Amino acid sequence: MSTVAETRREWLLSERPASRMQARLGRAYVTWRRFSANRLAMVGLFIIVALIVVAALADVLAPYSPTIGDLKNARLLPPSAQHWFGTDDLGRDILSRIIHGSRWTLFVVVLVAIIAAPIGLLVGTVAGYAGGWIDAVLMRITDIFLAFPKLVLALAFVAALGPGIENAVLAIAVTSWPPYARIARAETLTVRNSDYIKAVQLMGASPLRIVLRHIMPMCISSLIVRVTLDMAGIILTAAGLGFLGLGAQPPLPEWGAMIASGRRFILDQWWVAGAPGFAILIVSLGFNLLGDGLRDALDPRSGDQ
Amino acid sequence: MSVAELEATARRRRAVTIGASIGRFLIIAATTYLGLLAVTFFIGRVIPIDPVLAVLGDRAPSNVVERVRREMGLDLPLIQQFYIYLKSALSGDFGTSVLTTNPVMTDIRRVFPATIELATLGTIIGSIMGIPLGVLAAVKRGSLIDQIVRIIGLVGYSVPIFWLGLLGLVLFYAQLQWVAYPGRIDIVFEYTFSPITGFYLLDAAWQGQWDVFWDLLRHIILPASLLGYFSLAYISRMTRSFMLNELSQEYIVAARAKGLSETRIIWGHALRNAAVPMVTVIALSYAGLLEGSVLTETVFSWPGIGLYITNSLQNADMNAVLGGTIVIGSVFIGINLLSDLLYRMLDPRTKDE
Repeated sequence: MSTVAETRREWLLSERPASRMQARLGRAYVTWRRFSANRLAMVGLFIIVALIVVAALADVLAPYSPTIGDLKNARLLPPSAQHWFGTDDLGRDILSRIIHGSRWTLFVVVLVAIIAAPIGLLVGTVAGYAGGWIDAVLMRITDIFLAFPKLVLALAFVAALGPGIENAVLAIAVTSWPPYARIARAETLTVRNSDYIKAVQLMGASPLRIVLRHIMPMCISSLIVRVTLDMAGIILTAAGLGFLGLGAQPPLPEWGAMIASGRRFILDQWWVAGAPGFAILIVSLGFNLLGDGLRDALDPRSGDQ
Repeated sequence: MSVAELEATARRRRAVTIGASIGRFLIIAATTYLGLLAVTFFIGRVIPIDPVLAVLGDRAPSNVVERVRREMGLDLPLIQQFYIYLKSALSGDFGTSVLTTNPVMTDIRRVFPATIELATLGTIIGSIMGIPLGVLAAVKRGSLIDQIVRIIGLVGYSVPIFWLGLLGLVLFYAQLQWVAYPGRIDIVFEYTFSPITGFYLLDAAWQGQWDVFWDLLRHIILPASLLGYFSLAYISRMTRSFMLNELSQEYIVAARAKGLSETRIIWGHALRNAAVPMVTVIALSYAGLLEGSVLTETVFSWPGIGLYITNSLQNADMNAVLGGTIVIGSVFIGINLLSDLLYRMLDPRTKDE
């Protein structure tokens, strides 16, 4: 057995990979070894994988319905064997609501990442590759957005668009693309004058093709790190909007909105607001640890600073 | 060329660079503010399908709707509307609040000192505790204190501020009764205490009303400590990073070789050189606290601009929301720009650029 594993390792670490796939797998293996040596990063990865599993299997895992409670017998019960985290003012099981709430947390972060990261990538790479006045204008716009207070601006956006989780996602995405644009531009500037770009230019590739096929892939890894590190901030902003009643609307089991509704009972029934807040803390912590680990694994130079 | 001539040339060249950087700074400041106003204009006038409807409701008779539309200038082209909007916003006119019926600027002038007081105290707490913690973590790298600073930072970046505030109320107000209930001042003093500047703590101390001062302190200490924790998380992490950078420099080796005491090297030499970027960090964390006040003030019923914005939000008072957004945004941008300028002025290395 061990010899098989040994040869597999050798194949991965081979200095003369026979195919592109082998080279890619080899690099991924090295990165993974570096990443998995970091214990905190592994904790982060575990938390995020657990979040995804819980969100996927919410219907199976949740012991009760997240939206229908037992108003007659089960209002504001303290944590017990039947209800691990107690019940809320409508008799709903808080654990079940938290389990279903993981879907909304995932919904928000994935959607924000899908909207904001490509915008940032496009603005940054175009600015970096085009240079000149296009660069100046795009970067000025980026800097203007970067200088705004994110939460307050998101608040104003949601106030105009109307409350709701989709609008909250939109508002957060609008305020969170600028750092990605700056990162993408910085990466673009480092590869812009390199030989392989010159070679592609000589072969007559259009600027669009060069940006899309040859520059954007170079920006992906640093972008992934930054997006992962931003996930915690996105979750906190979304929860804040939910807390102010501007994000998810009842009866959606969104964690921020759950804290808001538990606020009225905080002095006597602390678990109603306590449990969802703890869930937010754990998941944000997971994203932060994962992001730190990814940064150290993908870019060892910046480590520990 | 004589030495004097050389010096004169150098001085002239420096004056030109300073002039150019001030010009650049002014352009950046102007475009950033223009951007802020453009975005708020977009939010207030373009996103709502009909701003008149947003003001009057959908039951107003059609002749009133027409009149208001003209009064609001909505029949004009968008660019002209924006020009009018810019002019009034720059003169501090954000319209009238539907909720309080006052001009928005009057309201904001009344509530803003409360926010400044809270954010300032928070930043002071964060800096006083964060800088020494960061220095210790850098000096004793990998030790227990380094781990603790790391955990404080990680939790600070991961915890919802409003939730921590609620837990704080449960523990320190309901259980231990160390602090006063949410609000800024006890209802007993609300009518006997007449503030001068709006910064209550200073006013009470100035007037020598120490019982009021004590009461104010009991109200502010929990929200201020909470904000202080968030600024501590950021400041200690950045201090650690700057100090690690300084401690690996050669002048530290030279100072050690000279036989200086470790205390003197760390607090006298290394920290002094790390102080320049620290100014930026503290300024940025102050700006962050102004923004963080929106959630904190809601939890602690603190009558500042954050609570004003959220109350207005809940009552669909868009003028007040956008006015508050512009004011917080302006201060935020201003602090950002100033810290950048300060950094350039304080750090001689950035002058060549």
